[in-house]
Amino acid sequence: MTAEKMALAKAINESLRTALDSDPKVLIMGEDVGKLGGVFRVTDGLQKDFGEDRVIDTPLAESGIVGTAIGLALRGYRPVVEIQFDGFVFPAYDQIVTQLAKMHARALGKIKLPVVIRIPYGGGIGAVEHHSESPEALFAHVAGLKVVSPSNAADAYWMMQQAIHSDDPVIFFEPKRRYWDKSEVNREAIPGPLHKARVVREGTDLTLAAYGPMVKVCQEAAAAAAEEGKSLEVLDLRSMSPIDFDSVQASVEKTRRLVVVHEAPVFLGTGAEIAARITERCFYHLEAPVLRVGGYHAPYPPARLEDEYLPGLDRVLDAVDRSLAY
Amino acid sequence: MTVESTAARKPRRSAGTKRTAAKKPPGAQPDLVQLLTPEGKRVKNGEYDAYVADITPEELRGLYRDMVLTRRFDAEATSLQRQGELGLWASLLGQEAAQIGSGRATRADDYVFPTYREHGVAWCRGVDPANLLGMFRGVNNGGWDPNSNNFHLYTIVIGSQTLHATGYAMGITKDGADSAVIAYFGDGASSQGDVAESFTFSAVYNAPVVFFCQNNQWAISEPTERQTRVPLYQRAQGYGFPGVRVDGNDVLACLAVTKWALERARRGEGPTLVEAFTYRMGAHTTSDDPTKYRADEEREAWEVKDPILRLRTYLEASNHADEGFFAELEAESEALGKRVREVVRAMPDPDRFAIFENAYADGHALVDEERAQFAAYQASFADEGEGKQR
Ligand SMILES: Cc1ncc(C[n+]2csc(CCOP(=O)(O)OP(=O)(O)O)c2C)c(N)n1
Repeated sequence: MTAEKMALAKAINESLRTALDSDPKVLIMGEDVGKLGGVFRVTDGLQKDFGEDRVIDTPLAESGIVGTAIGLALRGYRPVVEIQFDGFVFPAYDQIVTQLAKMHARALGKIKLPVVIRIPYGGGIGAVEHHSESPEALFAHVAGLKVVSPSNAADAYWMMQQAIHSDDPVIFFEPKRRYWDKSEVNREAIPGPLHKARVVREGTDLTLAAYGPMVKVCQEAAAAAAEEGKSLEVLDLRSMSPIDFDSVQASVEKTRRLVVVHEAPVFLGTGAEIAARITERCFYHLEAPVLRVGGYHAPYPPARLEDEYLPGLDRVLDAVDRSLAY
Repeated sequence: MTVESTAARKPRRSAGTKRTAAKKPPGAQPDLVQLLTPEGKRVKNGEYDAYVADITPEELRGLYRDMVLTRRFDAEATSLQRQGELGLWASLLGQEAAQIGSGRATRADDYVFPTYREHGVAWCRGVDPANLLGMFRGVNNGGWDPNSNNFHLYTIVIGSQTLHATGYAMGITKDGADSAVIAYFGDGASSQGDVAESFTFSAVYNAPVVFFCQNNQWAISEPTERQTRVPLYQRAQGYGFPGVRVDGNDVLACLAVTKWALERARRGEGPTLVEAFTYRMGAHTTSDDPTKYRADEEREAWEVKDPILRLRTYLEASNHADEGFFAELEAESEALGKRVREVVRAMPDPDRFAIFENAYADGHALVDEERAQFAAYQASFADEGEGKQR
């Protein structure tokens, strides 16, 4: 089979289908994942083909969903659970942070918790509150969890396969405003490691590091900057825990400037960690301080203001100009 | 293996689905409080008649008016969403009796904790319907002062508000006041830990709170059977307080039962769970597609139990309302629709600095710093004399 073009949501659907097909221990769980196929149709058709024992409509209870997924994992299953929207993960936060993340260590490594928690996240779709947040730093901060986010269909397909095969709990953030973006997926390709960053555009003047929904914005920014004669490198981090600092370092040693971009608030965010580490690793290479572009220290605003809140081309380019001005 | 286990499981699922679809009419259930049959006939009820015994024809017409105007408002909002004026709308179509009956049972000093669908209750509390639309249009995340009508903000995270209601009710007890609290939630919400914890707290502290569950049979695509194996009202027993199931399409019964529960709370007798057995006639929200998961026949079976029609039949049969009343109400309804349309279309986008407003009550240095950066950034576009490109 050669590469096919598909939307990011469809790629996840295909990936889940592949996993259900190849391993009877894989289960899909969540609210409305069955007949409805999830509110974003990411699990569309899976219950029809694999039955209600494998694709499980759960009661409306996130703590229950994650807590029982832990129990199923202890029993040898590999649950892939869906949290309907970013803002609804918090009823399950206790189970994720106090239980899921720590159980492997507490059991002296004798038990494994291969649970994947899928969370559609981020803004840009004009939704009401609690439907547009980017809480990834809250999870990346917790030892025991792995946190990833694809930015395109091919990554979505392969990263989901890898997350399901992982024996560690993986928080899988899906960039919901990219669900309908199409790109090539080659199911026979050999994917790179799950936690490795990738250069999506080569450049020499400055590195833009992003993940999930902001990768596309950074690619557009790099294209716009190219018209002004600036050569920007764009890195797709893909993983927020662990973070592939080696790849960021390699890029920064080349370009000597770094701007980190994410939708989540800048304060104590993923970008802060990257800025600190890269400053340590690349102190003598840097021509400018590492800059960050992201959300404000304010609640995610109502839909009519989200364009002001979310980093767009202009804010990214503004940071690029500031960095280049040093 | 997959095929086999699916096959073994299937009958159970379809039995569950069928149970909702082929349910006997609510009136036929012994555990359902009903004062007005679906045909509009007044039936006696030894326990709850007392709570509506002195209701006047004018008050009955008032309940009818409330339901008609609420439905009209709701329909207008649904079409405004279709026209792109609202980002989303959660319709209450079919749930008017549950909301108006319970809402009219509350006193001005009671406090109401809604979900996101309680437009009819808001109406009873005197909240301007236009205020409800800001959040769905995307110009704010709330839109009203909860204290001006003792009507709390809409809560989107399922079940959270039941604990707030319980805490508020605990405060009423501490203050020695005699008001009460009513918390709304859906059948789906009954699965949340927060709801179970609110039952525990309210029972343990004997809090004056009425839990008003509108069982509209569905939580998006999941039937009530996916949340519970016992009728929801029976849950209360395990916590040590009474639970009652009322015909949620019977406005009189909803009024009577809620009055009874609120009065219990005021007398210091603690919480009550009221399950209003009703039906969500429309989609879950405007972004939902119910054809993916439920049969048309089910909706049709509920259509004949329409809460508005049944009160109209009763009003007409008992000569409590004449043609003039209905005609006047029709005109009023049109006017409301027109006003809602105009208000929504005229609703301006918020000022961009609203992002930073009210993040803190006492202010915060980081917010001030980011606001200033934001201002400088905006000003850099103004200098260039051109609009901001996106
Ligand atoms: C904690 C949480 N999980 C998931 C959702 C998404 N969601 C919104 S409404 C809904 C169904 C609610 O059903 P029910 O409680 O029966 O109330 P209804 O909408 O039918 O009135 C779901 C799953 C949410 N808002 N909050």
